[in-house]
Amino acid sequence: MPKLTVDGKEVEVPGGTNLIEAARKAGVEVPHYCYHPGLSIAGQCRLCMVDLEKAPRPTIACNTTATEGMVVLTETDRVRETRKSIMEFHLINHPLDCPVCDQAGECWLQIYYMKHGLYDPRMTDEKVHKPKAVPLGPHVMLDAERCILCSRCVRFCDEITATGELGIFERGDHSEIGLFPGRALDNPYSGNVVDICPVGALTDRDFRFQVRVWYLDSAKSVCPGCARGCNIDVHVNRRRPHHAEGRRVARLKPRFNEAVNRWWLCDAGRYGFTFVDDQDRLLVPTRREGETVSDATWDDAIVALAATFRRSPPDEIGIIASPKMANEDLFALRRLLDNLALRRVAFRVPPRVAGDQDNFLIRADKNPNSLGAELVGLGGDSRAVLEAARARRLRCLVIFGHDLLASEWPEAEVREALGAVETVIFVGSNAHATSAAAHWVLPAAAWVERDGTYTNFEGRVQRFRPAVEPLGQALAEWEIVGRLLAALGVDSTATRPEHWFRQLVAAVPAFAGLSYQALGDGGRLLPGAVRA
Amino acid sequence: MTAEKILTRSFERPDSHTLDGYRASGGYQAWPKAQAMEPAAIVEEVKAANLRGLGGAGFPTGTKWSFIPKNHAGPVYLVINADEGEPGTFKDRYLLERDPHALIEGMLIAARAIRSATGFVYIRGEYVEPWRRFSAAVRDAYAAGYLGRGFDIVVHRGAGAYICGEETGLISSLEGKKGWPKLKPPFPAIKGAFGAPTIVNNVETICHVPHIINRGAAWFAGLGTKTQGGTRMYSVSGRVARPGVYEESVAITLRQLIYERAGGVTGNGRLKAVVPGGSSAAILTAAEIDVTMDVDGLRNAGTMAGSAGVIVMDETVSIPEALMVVARFYAHESCGQCTPCRESTGWIYKITHRIVEGRGRRADLDTILDVARRGAGTTICAFYDGAVGPYISYIEKFRSEFEALTEAAVAAAPRRVVVSHA
Repeated sequence: MPKLTVDGKEVEVPGGTNLIEAARKAGVEVPHYCYHPGLSIAGQCRLCMVDLEKAPRPTIACNTTATEGMVVLTETDRVRETRKSIMEFHLINHPLDCPVCDQAGECWLQIYYMKHGLYDPRMTDEKVHKPKAVPLGPHVMLDAERCILCSRCVRFCDEITATGELGIFERGDHSEIGLFPGRALDNPYSGNVVDICPVGALTDRDFRFQVRVWYLDSAKSVCPGCARGCNIDVHVNRRRPHHAEGRRVARLKPRFNEAVNRWWLCDAGRYGFTFVDDQDRLLVPTRREGETVSDATWDDAIVALAATFRRSPPDEIGIIASPKMANEDLFALRRLLDNLALRRVAFRVPPRVAGDQDNFLIRADKNPNSLGAELVGLGGDSRAVLEAARARRLRCLVIFGHDLLASEWPEAEVREALGAVETVIFVGSNAHATSAAAHWVLPAAAWVERDGTYTNFEGRVQRFRPAVEPLGQALAEWEIVGRLLAALGVDSTATRPEHWFRQLVAAVPAFAGLSYQALGDGGRLLPGAVRA
Repeated sequence: MTAEKILTRSFERPDSHTLDGYRASGGYQAWPKAQAMEPAAIVEEVKAANLRGLGGAGFPTGTKWSFIPKNHAGPVYLVINADEGEPGTFKDRYLLERDPHALIEGMLIAARAIRSATGFVYIRGEYVEPWRRFSAAVRDAYAAGYLGRGFDIVVHRGAGAYICGEETGLISSLEGKKGWPKLKPPFPAIKGAFGAPTIVNNVETICHVPHIINRGAAWFAGLGTKTQGGTRMYSVSGRVARPGVYEESVAITLRQLIYERAGGVTGNGRLKAVVPGGSSAAILTAAEIDVTMDVDGLRNAGTMAGSAGVIVMDETVSIPEALMVVARFYAHESCGQCTPCRESTGWIYKITHRIVEGRGRRADLDTILDVARRGAGTTICAFYDGAVGPYISYIEKFRSEFEALTEAAVAAAPRRVVVSHA
């Protein structure tokens, strides 16, 4: 563990640490473009120059390993002048089209020019022109003129996905990023190149021109797209709703978590949020009698459902919970089951098409909380619940989220089952064929509209936080279940998800010792979990 | 005095490129001697000979060889840089065409010194005839049993990028990648071609090795100066009566080379300037040519020996135009990897072009000088520093020529009317 000083601050770092990371540890930011901690060292932007004591000239920090006793200076006159020069070089052929560039506001050319540049431009000759608005694949758009050729995107495709779609073609100031002939940037992680592009060269085709980034708000969250539980930031546009036709969730960005997803996020997860602002969102409780669907108040709905539960023998109530529900929801439900002594409970519904999986982030289980549902004790035989309904042994069936009619189960058998139950209750965020067949439909808040935790496949419990208000009258499932519990006369003092989490921790040994505070931003492994 | 011809001794023989011709002029006699020597003894001999790299950097060859890690278990590669691309340089072409077996014998000895079983010869793509001649010589050397018994040679043709003559750019290209120079450290002697310890030497450098083994380090060292032994081949081009390749001691002066060997300036014209070591070397004025041509002599004169490509300019040459041509070359050949070089070579070319076209501005010259100085020493390889040599020296030494153009342009430009936008 070499000890060195950076701008007079002593810091000890693991052997092999480069000077950008060593400085970071000392609280000193060394500006850089091509360096990325998840990629190989390219050393080509030349911005991360620092002075080493007794060295004849500044050297790049990214390719210099910290050694014992090293004295690193990041703010000498020489280093400042070099940075200023390198900034001028980066901007010589840059189109300076910030007013129409999506990156504006989060562009490292803008940030570093203001911090380290501030020279008077001297370039008065015609700039080099290159292709603009070139779609590289389904998600990524290239503006080659804005590109500073840091090669991060190329290295990402070479080193992380090993798909090698991108290269740098031509030479000198005519160099440009491009696709190899016959290729498209369509690997399952292509959106990451937009995140790591420090400038406006690679922009997100979905996000482009939606909203200026300085109008975005952000909330820490977890991707619900599969059992990995990648850490994300949810960026929402609440301040300029008219800029994106009412679309509130603007984009998802990966949030670094060393133990889960590091810097990355798959495209399926990144672009999988559209259901949140979709037209098919359920907004108010509804009741269907025959073909007639009418709105109801929550109070009416809860009273009616409590009555149904009261008059149905426990054996005639079936519950199909969802592995997309949070631990808090599932534990509230568990409380309901225990009080009513319900036994026909399950949460797994087989998908019609098996999920894809790779050896990087993507898991075949497309649910964020299967392990949580299992640990809370809801892991019954869902097919048996369906069969009980078909056999007319159920009076009431509660379905959370699932579209049973789009599952692996034969559609005719599901229709038969739904038709054979007196009261089908659907709780979920979006309408589909199964919700249309229910007698009661209760609108649930989407994950970005509420607090909660998921337990990923490795047993890591992670928090997600609200980014926007629930649409319409939608409520989190824990609250829906909580109101039902109250209506059934069960004492429930849980008015926040954290209350349910505390009860869960107290009741389920697997969660022992956890708390929201302990989970923090990066989550915690269950005490008994062994990382896969 | 004219130095003894060593590298070029058999150039006049019509069969100098054949195995028989090479043997007849004393070839393949050093190799058996070297085989009787310990590798370390060969390295010591070359060190003692003061042989310095003749591709451009002038690094002591024996010292370079000694950087190969001792007792390295995996392969070690010897790579010959035959990507001769420095403007004004054409000596390696002659060696490949007229004495290819000298390179093969030198490689055998060098490979023994660094314990390498495989050598690569990276030949500039445009060098078709040198490639044919060298490839034929390799085939003959295999047939004669010099190659294939513990040492093999792979001939690789480049595709025409100047940067592939840069040591690590060459290695990248050899590995099948874009010819981008690599970050150092690690240096090639530790981690070079295909991740193995690698020595990259210039053709001419290695062609000297058999003679050092044959005639001894002391003899070789005695041919040159205190810090550089031997002769070297000067490519003399431009406005001289007899352009061509001249083998001379490194102790010769530039004046002797131009006036006593190359026949002086064409048509008895007046000498204006000389580039002594390929286009990347700083230019010298006519008053600065009494300088010895060894690495240290030229370094002390503020320029460099480089590849010994001597470009002679007389009074008919416009220095601003010459700089524009050089700037165009560097803008065209910058590999584009490092930002300072990629962006400013193109920018400086545009400025020089504008000046030559009569659209120069007063600030242009200081802009070029400032940009060149700011970018110098900030890049992965020496390419940009090579471009900075001419940028700065042409303007500093011939500033009045540039100013004549910019002042004329300023005088001719229509007066700007400033319109208030208020």
